[in-house]
Amino acid sequence: MTEFMMIFRNAYEPAFKPSPEQMQASIKQWQDWIGGIAGQGKFIGTNRLGFEGKTLKPNNVVTDGPYAEVKEIVGGYILVKANSIDDALELAKGCPILNIGGHVEVRNIMPVNK
Amino acid sequence: MEQELIPQLFKTEYRKIISVLCNLFGIVHIEIAEDITNDTFLLASETWGLKGIPKNPTAWLYTVAKNKTKDYFKRNKIFTDKIALDLKHTQVNSDEIEIDLSDQNIKDSQLQMIFAICNPIISIEAQIGLALRILCSFGIEEISEAFLTNKETINKRLFRAKQKLKLANIKIKLPNEKEIDKRLEIVLKTIYLLFNEGYYSSTQNGTINKELCSEAMRLTYLLTQNEKTDLPITNALLSLICFHSSRFESRTDKNGEYLLYANQKRENWNLDLITKGEYFLNQSAKGNEISKYHLEAGIAFWHTREIETTEKWENILQFYNQLLQIEYSPIIALNRTFALSKANGKKIALKEALKIDLSNNHLYHSLLAELYDGIDNTKQIESLNNALKLTKTENDRKILQDKLEKASCQQSRV
Repeated sequence: MTEFMMIFRNAYEPAFKPSPEQMQASIKQWQDWIGGIAGQGKFIGTNRLGFEGKTLKPNNVVTDGPYAEVKEIVGGYILVKANSIDDALELAKGCPILNIGGHVEVRNIMPVNK
Repeated sequence: MEQELIPQLFKTEYRKIISVLCNLFGIVHIEIAEDITNDTFLLASETWGLKGIPKNPTAWLYTVAKNKTKDYFKRNKIFTDKIALDLKHTQVNSDEIEIDLSDQNIKDSQLQMIFAICNPIISIEAQIGLALRILCSFGIEEISEAFLTNKETINKRLFRAKQKLKLANIKIKLPNEKEIDKRLEIVLKTIYLLFNEGYYSSTQNGTINKELCSEAMRLTYLLTQNEKTDLPITNALLSLICFHSSRFESRTDKNGEYLLYANQKRENWNLDLITKGEYFLNQSAKGNEISKYHLEAGIAFWHTREIETTEKWENILQFYNQLLQIEYSPIIALNRTFALSKANGKKIALKEALKIDLSNNHLYHSLLAELYDGIDNTKQIESLNNALKLTKTENDRKILQDKLEKASCQQSRV
């Protein structure tokens, strides 16, 4: 099996403040989805990304925020094991980011030779 | 009467005396500690039979063990001169050697011995074996029964394990602050496996299984009695052990056959152990760490709730989701899918189950049959037949046959 990374992107909406119930429901969706992948023995690791961020550009130019020039931000990622990119794409189906207008980018991981 | 008393005292006192003596001699001379402890009990069975049982049998044993240790030092002058210099307590004169069999020193010595024995330089089987022998006063025969093997194999395994510990000159002491978390993790894993050995054991000897479980509980409890090892993760394991043990009696029917969770008599659950489990679960919640023991204790806690609510199964599902992210195992994956069916419905769970690649596991087909029940009778029967083909125990076969009959009845009615 090969390793793949799924990157979750969605629109940045700072005005959206979910209620505790919405938060709870969202956590359940994510956990059920990730649990399903882990239940197939294909889970490696995952992380959510916070809203704090800075971007470093050449000549020491620093801009605030991870979303300075894009409308989308990366919300997190998951590392999985899959037989092929199609197999990985199959796992991506059901990702809760799709329910809120976001999308999943599935990429193969190239091992760095040590 | 001494026929009953001596085995009983052997259970409770052997491990105490041997821990204190090992501590005194160091791991390099573990056999001397074993010999003296064995001799003490041998003398007890000889003397008590003739002269009757002393007023305070435990004190008698301690005095004899102390005297035998002092005699050993006297008799072995070379040992005393050459080796005793390196002893933990550096007294050389045998009369001055302090053999401290106070409650506190017994506790401390046992705790230190746990860390000496649960050492990754020896295999996990050897750790469990030595733990049973030295920390739990198990006889070689009982250990071999617990491991489904013969006495010779166990003797060899224990001998090799002791050699390794001696060669590495393992110190009998608590690890320092930097190491304690890592070492404690290994200790807890050994105790966890020891518990599982008893709880899910393949041996038919119910007494030994129960004793393995209660010994695991006792050792974990001992760890909660010292502030260095009384950490949230220790309490999580203890909580898990209490919750599981609360159902120990109710898991089997009067013929010793295993019952499904749904068929267990709730009135046979041990409420005292459930209350204890809740106490330790609360203790485990201090701090931010969530270990697999926390998650398993959470699952076990919800299994002690009688009423089948969505909340119950939703919580169980979420604990399984997290547990799988820490550690995958086929059984966790199947249990998670069962919880999913209870929390989110059979159809959703069935869709997930079909993605799981465990078709060589009879439990997988049993789960599929459960999920097809009420959805697709033909597939349900097919799954039960697949499970029957793969199952190995007579009890499982009987349960599956029953289910198959019921499912077939339903089909003929349709």
